[in-house]
Amino acid sequence: MTVQQEIGRPRRRKEDARLLTGRTQWTDNLSRPGMLHVMFLRSPMAHARIARVDVSGARDLPGVVAAFSGQDFAAEQGSLPCAWPVSEDVVIPDHPPMAVSEVRYVGEAVACVIATDRYRAADALEAIDVEYEQLPAVLDMNEALAEGSPKVHEAGNKAFSVKINSGDIEAAFRDAPVVIDRTYRQQRLIPSAMEPRAVLADTDGEAFTLWSSTQIPHVLRVMLAVVTGIPEHRLRVIAPDVGGGFGSKLQVTAEEVLCLLLARRLGRPVKWTESRSEGNLTVHHGRDQIQHIRLAADADGRIRGLRVGLLADMGAYLMLVTPGIPLLGASMFNAIYKMDAYEFGCTGVFTTKMPTDAYRGAGRPEATFGIERVMDELAAELKMDPVDVRRRNWIKHDEFPYTTISGLTYDSGNYEAATEKALALFGYDKLRAEQADRRDRGDPVQLGLGVSTYTEMCGLAPSRMLGESNYGAGGWEHGSVRMLPTGKVEVITGTSPHGQGHVTSWSQIAADALGVPFEDVTVLHGDTAIAHKGMDTYGSRSLVVGGVAVLKACDKVKEKARKLAAHVLECSPDDLEFAAGAFKVRGTDQQKTVQELAYAAFTAHDLPEGVEARLDSDATFDPENYSFPHGTHLCAVEVDTETGMVKIRSYVAVDDVGKVVNPLIVEGQVHGGIAQGIAQALFEEAVYDAEGNLLTTTMADYLMPSAADLPTFDLDRTESPATSNPLGAKGVGEAGTIASTPAVVNAIVDALRPHGIHDVEMPCTPERVWRALRERAQEERAQEGVRQ
Amino acid sequence: MPRITVTVDGIKYEEDVEPRLLLVHLLRERLGKTGTPVGCDTSNCGACTVMLDGKSVKSCSALAVQADGCDVVTIEGLGANGSMHPMQRAFHEEHALQCGYCTPGMVMAAIDLLRENPEPSEEAIREGLEGNLCRCTGYCNIVKAVRRGAQEMGRAVTTP
Ligand code: FES
Ligand code: FES
Repeated sequence: MTVQQEIGRPRRRKEDARLLTGRTQWTDNLSRPGMLHVMFLRSPMAHARIARVDVSGARDLPGVVAAFSGQDFAAEQGSLPCAWPVSEDVVIPDHPPMAVSEVRYVGEAVACVIATDRYRAADALEAIDVEYEQLPAVLDMNEALAEGSPKVHEAGNKAFSVKINSGDIEAAFRDAPVVIDRTYRQQRLIPSAMEPRAVLADTDGEAFTLWSSTQIPHVLRVMLAVVTGIPEHRLRVIAPDVGGGFGSKLQVTAEEVLCLLLARRLGRPVKWTESRSEGNLTVHHGRDQIQHIRLAADADGRIRGLRVGLLADMGAYLMLVTPGIPLLGASMFNAIYKMDAYEFGCTGVFTTKMPTDAYRGAGRPEATFGIERVMDELAAELKMDPVDVRRRNWIKHDEFPYTTISGLTYDSGNYEAATEKALALFGYDKLRAEQADRRDRGDPVQLGLGVSTYTEMCGLAPSRMLGESNYGAGGWEHGSVRMLPTGKVEVITGTSPHGQGHVTSWSQIAADALGVPFEDVTVLHGDTAIAHKGMDTYGSRSLVVGGVAVLKACDKVKEKARKLAAHVLECSPDDLEFAAGAFKVRGTDQQKTVQELAYAAFTAHDLPEGVEARLDSDATFDPENYSFPHGTHLCAVEVDTETGMVKIRSYVAVDDVGKVVNPLIVEGQVHGGIAQGIAQALFEEAVYDAEGNLLTTTMADYLMPSAADLPTFDLDRTESPATSNPLGAKGVGEAGTIASTPAVVNAIVDALRPHGIHDVEMPCTPERVWRALRERAQEERAQEGVRQ
Repeated sequence: MPRITVTVDGIKYEEDVEPRLLLVHLLRERLGKTGTPVGCDTSNCGACTVMLDGKSVKSCSALAVQADGCDVVTIEGLGANGSMHPMQRAFHEEHALQCGYCTPGMVMAAIDLLRENPEPSEEAIREGLEGNLCRCTGYCNIVKAVRRGAQEMGRAVTTP
């Protein structure tokens, strides 16, 4: 029998049929007998003392079962957790799920209504009376840190500070022939998963079940137990179908805590579903940093040293991993480049805005943007080609494994190969020629080419390393494999997918490892009563940690099967060879398939000494190191210098994500990632006004790209297998987002450089581009005037 | 409370509805048709798109009373005899969905697009899907799927 290798095969997804026919289980689809609906009244002010909340008007309305203020829950609601106290000096303010005495951002919950349906609940919210005493909003990070600034929290506006030093930075900058000094802004983003968050909590009086559109059912369960005091063993968390996350559902939210507490208090199931405008206010935001970057280099373009100073906007509170996000970028600013010295400093700042936290890439897109923009500035300064500047500095293929200046060891990679492939696919030289021609002709539509050669730190796992950075949990992952009596296979994973296709990829891994048909495998996940151990899905860790755990569990099953086969076939285990799903006695045609052995292990009529009934096994995997996918992204833009309009003409990405399990899924992840990174470069920004009101509360105001706004992306791959895990995989979920933002902005700046422009702030909207051009032209005219 | 008669996925319902009840809530919460999800409250995302008398509408911006006497087809009623519609199959073949939240609306919008333009160019597909947002796929595979769906549907029409 020839068995087709599953790993590497572009399998269509097992997940699709249900999703395509509407047989879905989004949390908002679920219902329980007697279920009530919760709605929250949210603060209209960025900063205020709550003088009085009167919910009595709401309580009297038809269909209303109860209404509560934060005060009503003050004693039992606990504080939302922060699991990443990054430094000794970190300040973690109390964070009640419903505000008790003070609100610190627009959208913070102050009261709630529980009614028989959502229309009634919405009506009742209007009958709640709140008296606020307004306090000054604190919106700008620099102003927040200034002497005498109004305070967001009693302890002040500084959340923490961190400094990292490696090499002799003073020496690197002393007499450096070239110093590039730039400040970049990472605008605040709203992650905008298509499924709004939803929570359903139920109890039978003893035990609790919580369904949530979460990425992290396992972490959530632990945290909810700690916050609410509900014993962990009486709390089951289920993430049913989850409609995207991108980090925004890697959170322990006020609504999850409160739904659980309301179910306990009322003894009835309660559900909350957010509206989009509620979500834009209260789903944690992403990015929001000011980066001050200085790079010292030799005259030939070799980097000597890099200094990074970050201000990171925490918003009003520290949520689950808020302070850790900028630090995830700390060891990535040096990227793929060799240098003598590196200095990183970061100050976390409290402001009266929605807290920030993980958003696709989390810290690494910010870092990659900073360094890749500055590399282009270095190239411009030295009149070098941006690709050549990178070539001069990057770690060469034969230098891996390589320990970087920031102390990470990159296991494998080949930047040369990926870049060459990308340049060829892009038609780099031809495009450069066209660019020169357009410049010569003074074409109002200029062509710009942008490159970004990135690496990222994937597979958030090594528990030891997470511990060293003060993170409050480990990063191992769990896998479990059960051979059923009929020979079918159930795989259980501790990862919790929300669009990544784990069911399909994990089936491929198990099918290959056990030699069983792909169709015979099913994958269970996302329910703490079934997938009883796990650390969930974020940071491109699922395959490289969780997938490997499944592989290890399969190996254990096989070892058990081998003992059983030897017993049944009356030979020594060493005489057996495993191929195509069967143990075969070497040199004979006697064999037993794993699926047959599963039946024998089920009947247990005749088991060898020491072999237990049922063919199954558990495994955890905790890698020694992160993994480091890399790649080269190239973007060509046409910039209309008369209107400021930017059009992406072509986009090429060559990514190296190590060994690929399912090329179809990898490609899809890269596509989506690129789109999200382009969105940061061109379209999206969460905007607050001077009073701290969010102006981008709807999808009409917050500009997410549609199909009409994006081109088709041309993709290719190179493959340098990871050495830090037996699958050789590196992770892919965030690569596209990390690489694309600087590629696009580099392209825009490249188009505008002859106009004297060396930066455009993100998002590079037509208005911003047009303003940059106009301001530059005015400056030039003014200079002319001075000269005359 | 007005009483309406509406046919959804081939079944006739008679319902008393509040005048303010949205069509999407009638479908999801009264009739149990949860295949149509809600992604926004400003009729921008298109997740809730269904067919109303053969034309795609965003069911979050139609009132239930407006569907009185109409024929509604949701993603659950799209295929025939337990098999998927060619457009659903095309989405599967081209890996045009990830989390799948936008997918029912996307499929509906794609079918309606082909009603007006059976052989759309890439640009026409992109323009035609402008009212449906997807956060996962970057649209590349959705565009391919609509193309494939168009071919399959064309074939279904032309072959006897
Ligand atoms: S839910 Fe109807 S358009 Fe967004
Ligand atoms: S597949 Fe997730 S939003 Fe489209």
